[in-house]
Amino acid sequence: MSIFVDNNTRLLVQGITGKEGQFHTQQCVAYGTNVVAGVTPGKGGQKMEDIPVFNTVKEAVAQTGANCSMVFVPPAFAADAIMEATDAGVDIIVAITEGVPVMDMMKVKNYMKGAPSRLIGPNCPGIITPGQCKIGIMPGPIHKPGGPVGVVSRSGTLTYEVVHQLTLQGIGQTTCLGIGGDPVNGTNFIDCLDAFEKDPETTGIVMVGEIGGTAEEEASEFIKKHMTKPVVGFVAGLTAPPGRRMGHAGAIISGSSGTAQAKIEAMKAGGIHICENLGLFGELCSKVF
Amino acid sequence: MKIHEYQAKELFKKYNIPIPDGGVAFNPDEAIKVAENLGEFPVVVKAQIHAGGRGKGGGVKLAESIDEVAGIAGEIIGMNLVTHQTGPDGKRVKKVLVEQGLNIAKELYLSIIPDRATAKIVIMASEAGGMDIEAVAASTPEKIIKVFIDPLVGIQPFYCREVAFGLNLSSSVMRPFVSMLASLYRLFMDYDCSLVEINPLVITAEDAVIALDAKVDFDDNALYRHKDIVEYRDIDEEDPLEVEASKFNLNYIKLDGNIGNMVNGAGLAMATMDIIKLAGAEPANFLDVGGGASAEMVENGFRIMLGDKNVKGILINIFGGILRCDVLAEGVVHAAEKTGITVPVVIRMEGTNVEQGRKILAESGLSLITASDMKDAAQKVAELVTGH
Repeated sequence: MSIFVDNNTRLLVQGITGKEGQFHTQQCVAYGTNVVAGVTPGKGGQKMEDIPVFNTVKEAVAQTGANCSMVFVPPAFAADAIMEATDAGVDIIVAITEGVPVMDMMKVKNYMKGAPSRLIGPNCPGIITPGQCKIGIMPGPIHKPGGPVGVVSRSGTLTYEVVHQLTLQGIGQTTCLGIGGDPVNGTNFIDCLDAFEKDPETTGIVMVGEIGGTAEEEASEFIKKHMTKPVVGFVAGLTAPPGRRMGHAGAIISGSSGTAQAKIEAMKAGGIHICENLGLFGELCSKVF
Repeated sequence: MKIHEYQAKELFKKYNIPIPDGGVAFNPDEAIKVAENLGEFPVVVKAQIHAGGRGKGGGVKLAESIDEVAGIAGEIIGMNLVTHQTGPDGKRVKKVLVEQGLNIAKELYLSIIPDRATAKIVIMASEAGGMDIEAVAASTPEKIIKVFIDPLVGIQPFYCREVAFGLNLSSSVMRPFVSMLASLYRLFMDYDCSLVEINPLVITAEDAVIALDAKVDFDDNALYRHKDIVEYRDIDEEDPLEVEASKFNLNYIKLDGNIGNMVNGAGLAMATMDIIKLAGAEPANFLDVGGGASAEMVENGFRIMLGDKNVKGILINIFGGILRCDVLAEGVVHAAEKTGITVPVVIRMEGTNVEQGRKILAESGLSLITASDMKDAAQKVAELVTGH
């Protein structure tokens, strides 16, 4: 078992003919992901390696039965691409694109209300169910298939670090996903925690947060009320200065809200096992899980 | 991106949002000219820097005569203005805004921001204007009116009325206020703002609604579609090393510590800064070279870190996904050969092509300290610190 994606996932790639889109599609195929279609407006009828390219998402879905989309289009066109996939009824939309304007994402978020599609990202590494399918830019080999731990994170390479430490401890993963570093994103911590709680093969969860916003605080409340499985947490940015955007558009301490300290306290109050030293993350996990 | 008050007021003018008469001056002579054109006293002389709290720091003063305008402008231009937002070193003032004085009857607070949790645009307003709004929000949250707007629906008249009635405005002020608020919302949306704030928004004795102050911040990700706003960028307000880094698409923020660090990915970069602190040192910077960094970017990152004279040691932490370890290693070797390594460097690499990367570093003959993992890296940084 897993959450959101598995070996029944039929992937289409929006922006498949771009440099990044091509490279990462090839990596996903190499990992074993079933990539059934690509979409680049104006390049319909062409092929990227053996993958048929279509002009529109609707056409690609109708012809190939794609149920998941990976978005690789440039930031100025990302909102449009996500709404097109939503309109075509794609179940899971994974937006890798970094640098999407906040206003665009606010419109997307309101547009998607009530629609059955689930958006993961943007500005995220994607989602992987080790041994089954990889939808995103994460290095496949650091993951260990078979579970029992689910990983959800706001960050990219920090997620790789955490997953690598789990694997070195011999702890496998059910599904690992990044929900993105932007202030307005699709799937949030609570959606993932809820899905992991319901997934019988997941017996523990790793949650990696960072400064900015209140997502970690809200997740902690949820964990306290609704979760039976143990959660290990980490928050990056204890040393981040207020008022400065730390790379990610969403990683900013504004006024007194969004600090790492406040998040860590909320997470402890929610019963999460907090790792204070990233160097010891794997060791803590092997004790808890 | 931040802009100055006088630039924000230029935008306000474009949207027919009333502002006091006035103009910007780069020296006392120009300030005198602006004051002469205004023709009436008192006038207000306001320091233009990218930070709040200017009044408390002595950067905003009232002048009753031309002589006073010249004296105050001469005093403020060139001063090192320290406010709670500038840090202890303060900021050098290069220009002032000279404006007419107003007969203030009431001071209000008004702002528009995107709310990340609800994905709505929020208008915030309060009768407690002119004060620290965070303090008001903390002690008397009921004094702040909040209206949430779906960006797909846009501002409707009833939203404006809700704010206006909440502020207990008199009927003669209602109409100009509502029209001003609708314009402000339009400006916010048109320019992809991350903040529009007027504190205070004043009601004058003559019942005019005027933006006495103006603060407008923009979403960096949307600047590509606002070339006119990019023109407003004031490099003098930024750290020179940060400006240099931005030329190479490096995400660099200068901090006060002495251990430089270069990392790929913002989350891992923050976590690396934290681990430096845990090791008993202070990070000198945040530096994210990004997922697809080239050898050239790594080289420039190295040079910029060494441009900070406080740096006594460097930690490089790379988890190679898209950025391969061999590319990183080549960048480090080039940088070291070009600029010379003047401080100890600890390198921790993991991920794609890590063996090739390690080989390149080992064969370079450079005296680099390699760390096997995060824990080991922290320990080696701690050793650096105690060694100094």
